[in-house]
Amino acid sequence: MSERIPILKMGPFLLVTIQVELHDQLVLTLQDDLTEQVARHRAQGVMIDISALDIVDSFIGRTLAHIASLTRLLGASTVLVGMRPAVAITLVELGLTLPGIRTALNVERGMELLQRLVETDPAAGSPSDAC
Amino acid sequence: MRAEQLPIRSPDDVARVRQAVRSRAQAMGYSVVEQTKLVTAASELARNTLVYGLGGSVEMQELEDGFTQGLQLVFEDQGPGIDDLDQALTDGFTTGGGMGLGLSGSRRLMSEFDIQSTPGAGTRVAVVLWKRAGARR
Ligand SMILES: Nc1ncnc2c1ncn2[C@@H]1O[C@H](COP(=O)(O)OP(=O)(O)OP(=O)(O)O)[C@@H](O)[C@H]1O
Ligand SMILES: [Mg+2]
Repeated sequence: MSERIPILKMGPFLLVTIQVELHDQLVLTLQDDLTEQVARHRAQGVMIDISALDIVDSFIGRTLAHIASLTRLLGASTVLVGMRPAVAITLVELGLTLPGIRTALNVERGMELLQRLVETDPAAGSPSDAC
Repeated sequence: MRAEQLPIRSPDDVARVRQAVRSRAQAMGYSVVEQTKLVTAASELARNTLVYGLGGSVEMQELEDGFTQGLQLVFEDQGPGIDDLDQALTDGFTTGGGMGLGLSGSRRLMSEFDIQSTPGAGTRVAVVLWKRAGARR
């Protein structure tokens, strides 16, 4: 069986913690699994914890942005949490802005943000910034 | 310091290049931000070598310039080459549905960036990150 990143369901949200070195195929599998599960569970939000990632290159960045827009189409907001400072600095210099992705410092803040997004917009998904 | 050559023929090789660059940069005492920049640029250039260059190799070499140390990475392939280098180095230009940031972004991340390409014969990209490059400006 091929390697997969586990997706946890927490109430109306899906939680993904990336704990392994991200191979290209693994990111693409995550994209497919997440969209499928958002639809199946009618999830209102997705949180992706990337605190274990020591780099985000253009391929991973593009896929994360793609995940965010796919889940938005399905009515869920995506929040990226735990980006390391060195990764953030490098991303900016690389020129990657991750359009459409909201970020939070850590899992707690990310959860608060998701909750707020769902409350302000029960239909979720619309990019009305709550913070 | 000896040069180390690694093949780039599969996605697994690209991951191995990232790991090799990371451990070399760590051993040389680069800061965490510098390590991250090196590994990110290596990831971009190795993927280009695989995807557009149809496979090739990278050579890693430690440099000394009398003031500080640097790590040089030279990516080479015998692929189709690049017709218009200026265009390829423009932010957002892609022929492969990417973000068009690999080359231009790596140039920003590294202290030195040199690209040579011959249509029909291949591409060579050489980059160097000098240690504490920011402090030397
Ligand atoms: N080794 C190579 N051989 C042939 N063409 C190349 C090579 N490297 C880059 N190119 C060309 O230059 C273009 C720009 O490369 P760059 O890495 O900047 O962007 P990308 O790979 O298209 O997207 P991204 O890297 O952001 O995912 C590529 O689309 C490709 O046409
Ligand atoms: Mg590229």
